[in-house]
Amino acid sequence: MPNHAIEVDNLTKHFGDFVAVDHVSFTVKEGEIFGFLGANGAGKSTTIRMLCAILESSSGTARVGGFDINKEPEKVKENIGYMSQRFSLYEDLTVDENINFYGRVYGLTNGQIEERKKWVLEMANLNGRHKSITGTLPGGWKQRLALGCAVLHKPKIVFLDEPTSGVDPVMRRKFWELINELSGQGVTVLVTTHFLEEAEYCNNIMLINAGKIIAVGSPKELKRNYITTPILEVQCSNVIEAMTLVEREPWSIETSVFGTHLHVTVPDEALARKEIQRILSEKGISLNHIDRITPSLEDVFIYLLDQEAKKAA
Amino acid sequence: MGKADRAIQHRETLMFKRLLPIIKKEFRQIRRDKRVLAILTLVPAGLLLLNGYALNLDVQSIKMAVYDEDKSATSREFINSFVTSGYFDYVQMLSSSAEATALLDDARIKCAVIIPRDFSHKLGSNDAADIQVLVDGMDSNMATTIVGYVQVIALEYSQKIVLQNLTKIGRGNYIPIQLDARIWYNPELKSAKFLVPGLIGFILAITAVIATSLSIVKEKERNTMEQIDVSPISSVELIIGKMIPYAVISMVAAAIVLVAAFFLFGVTIKGSIVLLFCSTLLFVMAALSIGLFVSTVADSQQVAFQLAALMSMLPTMIFSGFMFPIRSMPWWLQIVSNITPAKFYLIILRSIILKGVGLSAFWPQVIYMLIFVTFMLGLSARRFKKTVG
Repeated sequence: MPNHAIEVDNLTKHFGDFVAVDHVSFTVKEGEIFGFLGANGAGKSTTIRMLCAILESSSGTARVGGFDINKEPEKVKENIGYMSQRFSLYEDLTVDENINFYGRVYGLTNGQIEERKKWVLEMANLNGRHKSITGTLPGGWKQRLALGCAVLHKPKIVFLDEPTSGVDPVMRRKFWELINELSGQGVTVLVTTHFLEEAEYCNNIMLINAGKIIAVGSPKELKRNYITTPILEVQCSNVIEAMTLVEREPWSIETSVFGTHLHVTVPDEALARKEIQRILSEKGISLNHIDRITPSLEDVFIYLLDQEAKKAA
Repeated sequence: MGKADRAIQHRETLMFKRLLPIIKKEFRQIRRDKRVLAILTLVPAGLLLLNGYALNLDVQSIKMAVYDEDKSATSREFINSFVTSGYFDYVQMLSSSAEATALLDDARIKCAVIIPRDFSHKLGSNDAADIQVLVDGMDSNMATTIVGYVQVIALEYSQKIVLQNLTKIGRGNYIPIQLDARIWYNPELKSAKFLVPGLIGFILAITAVIATSLSIVKEKERNTMEQIDVSPISSVELIIGKMIPYAVISMVAAAIVLVAAFFLFGVTIKGSIVLLFCSTLLFVMAALSIGLFVSTVADSQQVAFQLAALMSMLPTMIFSGFMFPIRSMPWWLQIVSNITPAKFYLIILRSIILKGVGLSAFWPQVIYMLIFVTFMLGLSARRFKKTVG
């Protein structure tokens, strides 16, 4: 039986009449990277804050690392690490002082602090800069230092709330290497993001919209389960005109423009290929190529959010 | 030792372990934050100098002009008694009463004495002589004092004349009531001695309230509070960890003011230093709990600063008896004045510094402050848990 690091059961949070999180249930396996996706205001941060035991739930329960978030909030806090999208270390203290402070707060001994400090400085590439005032460090370094401080006490579970927002792509990549390293050491990582390419790095992802779970599964599963119809990528001279033409046809389920390409979802691939060639040549649009593509997570989420909007209407 | 006892002891040592890093961190931040440092050091020093020298309530060297219509030996002798009193500075002799009005208008003199033509004649014939005194009433406190001085001088002069007349009939050594007034506690009636205790209260109120609230709101503003929230630090630990450094600094500020007051104004402490220390600590606790309250209301340092200044400076200035005597306020304002713990602390401070009396003289005030601290700290801690923790 796989052990669950996090078990969430009908977790709900109201703010007055507004339901921020609506009967959410899911489980996160030990040592996995669990991605939490959704638009701003979908309820990601509210859920994380409840799981970190800093926000009380209106109803429902959750167990984090085996501890009940409502009954044993102190135990939960001792066993997790947390890092938020806004830098939250002391900018007016030095790197050393920040590490010492959090080390002591989590009850580490001097020896443990020294050992972990070595690791953090190495990991954040801050060797020789430990006496710098934290506020003077560049953004990417700060984020990695923040992650270092969040896992100083070697928590089994780490919550990362949009850790890479405002970080350049190179740094973002390095940051994900660190997340993978943690996961390799058996640490469970729950991470929220709105970069869909980051979601591909996760073992499992969950999409949340208006406080409700829309889909859960591995990136592969999501693509396979939700996108059953073929998607054709069309490259041609006038993408916008081509889209308006294809959209009208009864055999096109969905069309969307991705840069200079057109993505068309169709039930019958052979028929659609023929039809697209015919329509475009009639209108004098030169066609470069048509290819069947594997759907990206973006295709999946656009599809899922569309379905939700249709349900609501 | 039972299992439960051991668990409790374990919790306590853990709590102490977390308190220490918070206190250390706070002192480091204070050292680096120029603004807080300025509030904690320059403001008390500036206030002491400003209030000690500029806010001199002693009325001395009153600029005076005289219009002497009589121009007799008697009138000159009378005028001379003003100058020799030491309170008046003789500015000039006037040639008309209109000139006196002009000088008063220009604020070049504070008071004008007009002696009528028949002054010496009336005195010589045992008649009552009238003199006119014009006083600048812009500052009502000072005007009252000046009128008081003039009355005493006129009375002494009259007494002299009465004595002369009595001597003529052989009863020269008879004075009905011999007044021997002694002013206790502040014999020289020096304003500084009265002001310094008030100033200590004022400075403590401002520094403690503003600095504490700023330090907590800064954590909210910069998001560091979130990191504290998810850590095992409890709100009680955070509150105590924040209060201890500012209590220490406030106590040091109070000590500095006392030492400076001794060297600058010769103010000495007549009573017990231990009592002074304890009551000051109690007052600092009251101020810190107000600061804590402010931090639960304000979300930005700007708002916190304004609110803290408003909640500390204004009531302390107006309702503590620092500058305005509470007894001369209307009854309802006297009741309102109870909102500030500074009022009670000032009574204690003046009792210790000026009178040198013990706890028996001000235990009601101590009890009031204890109640205030308990109430305010409880209220703020509850709000703190809800809004911050």
